[in-house]
Amino acid sequence: MKKLLMATAALAIGATSAFAETKIGMITTLSGGGAGLGIDVRDGFMLALAQSGRDDIEVVIEDDQRKPDIAVQLADKMVQSERVDILTGIIWSNLAMAVIPSVTAQGKFYLSPNAGPSALAGQGCHQNYFNVAWQNDNLHEAAGAYATSAGYSNSFILAPNYPAGQDALTGYKRTFEGELAGEVYTQLGQTDYAAEIAQIRASGADSVFFFLPGGMGISFLKQYADSGVDLPVVGPAFSFDQGILQAVGDAALGVVNTSQWNKDIDNPTNAAFVESFQAEFGRLPSLYASQGFDTANLILSALETAEVSDADAFREALRAADFDSTRGAFKFGPNHHPIQTIYAREVIKEGDIFTNKIIGTALENHADAYAADCKM
Amino acid sequence: MSTLLIIEQVLNGLQFGVMLFLMAAGLTLIFGVMGLINLAHGSLYMIGAFAAAAVAGATGSFVLALAAALAVAAIAGALIEITVIRRLYGKAHLDQVLATFALILIFSEGTRWLFGSFPLFLDIPDYLSGPVTLPGGIQYPLYRLTLIAVGLLVGLGLWVLIERTRIGIQIRAGENDREMIAALGVDIRLLYTLVFAIGAALAGLAGALVGAIQSVQVGMGEPVLILAFVVIVIGGIGSIKGAFIGALLVGLTDTLGGIFLPQFFKLFMEPGAATQTGSALASMAIYILMSLVLIWRPTGLFGARA
Repeated sequence: MKKLLMATAALAIGATSAFAETKIGMITTLSGGGAGLGIDVRDGFMLALAQSGRDDIEVVIEDDQRKPDIAVQLADKMVQSERVDILTGIIWSNLAMAVIPSVTAQGKFYLSPNAGPSALAGQGCHQNYFNVAWQNDNLHEAAGAYATSAGYSNSFILAPNYPAGQDALTGYKRTFEGELAGEVYTQLGQTDYAAEIAQIRASGADSVFFFLPGGMGISFLKQYADSGVDLPVVGPAFSFDQGILQAVGDAALGVVNTSQWNKDIDNPTNAAFVESFQAEFGRLPSLYASQGFDTANLILSALETAEVSDADAFREALRAADFDSTRGAFKFGPNHHPIQTIYAREVIKEGDIFTNKIIGTALENHADAYAADCKM
Repeated sequence: MSTLLIIEQVLNGLQFGVMLFLMAAGLTLIFGVMGLINLAHGSLYMIGAFAAAAVAGATGSFVLALAAALAVAAIAGALIEITVIRRLYGKAHLDQVLATFALILIFSEGTRWLFGSFPLFLDIPDYLSGPVTLPGGIQYPLYRLTLIAVGLLVGLGLWVLIERTRIGIQIRAGENDREMIAALGVDIRLLYTLVFAIGAALAGLAGALVGAIQSVQVGMGEPVLILAFVVIVIGGIGSIKGAFIGALLVGLTDTLGGIFLPQFFKLFMEPGAATQTGSALASMAIYILMSLVLIWRPTGLFGARA
């Protein structure tokens, strides 16, 4: 009898979901050099969906291979033939710039779990575009603020030559009050930094700021540690996330980096997230995973109060951001980018595992610099 | 700009050049002797790095790791020559490109399947880490000096192999007229497998050596492959000497261009714009070099044929 009841219940759920199914398209990087980031976002996102217990949400996941042209093709396919309601997942800002303006113009919602290019935060903002992670400049602004408070007065700064790299140096310069000993744009995907390190050595700087996400950061840190240049390094969390710290090894120990999330942020949601992620995937979550997790929970919270088909109500529900974030309190600014606290973390070794520990707050309740230009 | 900085950058360029040479030497041999375009050469570079990282992780020995990189890459090279490449010699270049491109995808996904998507750890051994002080007070990483030395030694070894040994004579003969040396009783199939395995081992060695100062991850071979093609086009296809000179030219142009072009633009532009323009132009510098060489010598510096 009990079995029969359950079967009927399951049938009933199946029946309703056939009417009110929400379809989410995730375009992210799952192969090639940047795959670790996309996989973390995907795993965090899917973990939140699984924990919600809802089975009326369908997620279509595709790999953009970190190539803008492929991301655009996938977005067209998802909008036109898959007919998704919401898109998410893009890691890289150059891909985001290629996809987001066109999908929001077609009336779809886009929630960014990572990339936050400045062009989409100011004049290019859109009512259907929400960024759950950060505006690109944010973590770098925090790094600049930290460097100033640590007493550095002459920084050498470097980043790759692409939208997020330019946002990074702009962000650092916005809050850093000292002088610049040098400013260098490297190539995206560059693996050898001997030339830049030689410039750092010759520049007379008292500190180094770098933004080199993924494998680029591993190469830089290893080569920097071996070069004998002994200046303190500051950077955003992207070169110190859980996925790459093990590959950097001792070279990263003691480096201060800035992040809106860390596994030791003390709130019940975060503790449960870290524990369940580790149990499910057998590794510690990175900030990318936390961003994927928060993005999914934001969508879930909005679906509680509104259907996606009612775009105005759904948008209001997203804007309210009524969900438990892994970062603690979460709210959107007027341009749909987070207003949040950014922490300074230090790389430590816990047993055999390299990880981060929060050592202080770099910027409190920080909003991005472009919100005023956004007219929605 | 100080002389010290310039000397340091020249060393950096040399180091980059000799590592490119290890990649380009195999590529140019395979192209020259067998007439085969092997896009999967970058995968062999990656295989070498992964083999080294796995062995270094298990044993802690860097020398064993290098030996493993050489062996695994050579075996992988011989295997793909026997199973796939052998069927492609008579085919058009387009078929070869298609088949070896498929090999890239297979190797990349296979490596991801075995090792996962996150970069592996491979570090410099303690006895090679840290900087040394060169005459004139230049601080330079010992490991990079070692790379320059290893690259030069391998170059010398290859030259001896090609110019002074019986196998070298057969390889050069195979390059000129493959039917004739087959008719003379040389086992051309075995020779091809051998050349392919040597090329693969060199790529694997480069991957392992460079992997220790960069990140060992899936897809690490493809950017290097493009540069290696530039090198063999500049040097002249099939010429080891050309590959060596070409690799040093590309290494030095790339490194010094990245430093001096932004400085040059700062003479008459504001610093921010100068950095951006200079960096953009620097990333084109080696391709400009390539086109200049091709205008001057359409077959490359030491190429015998177009």
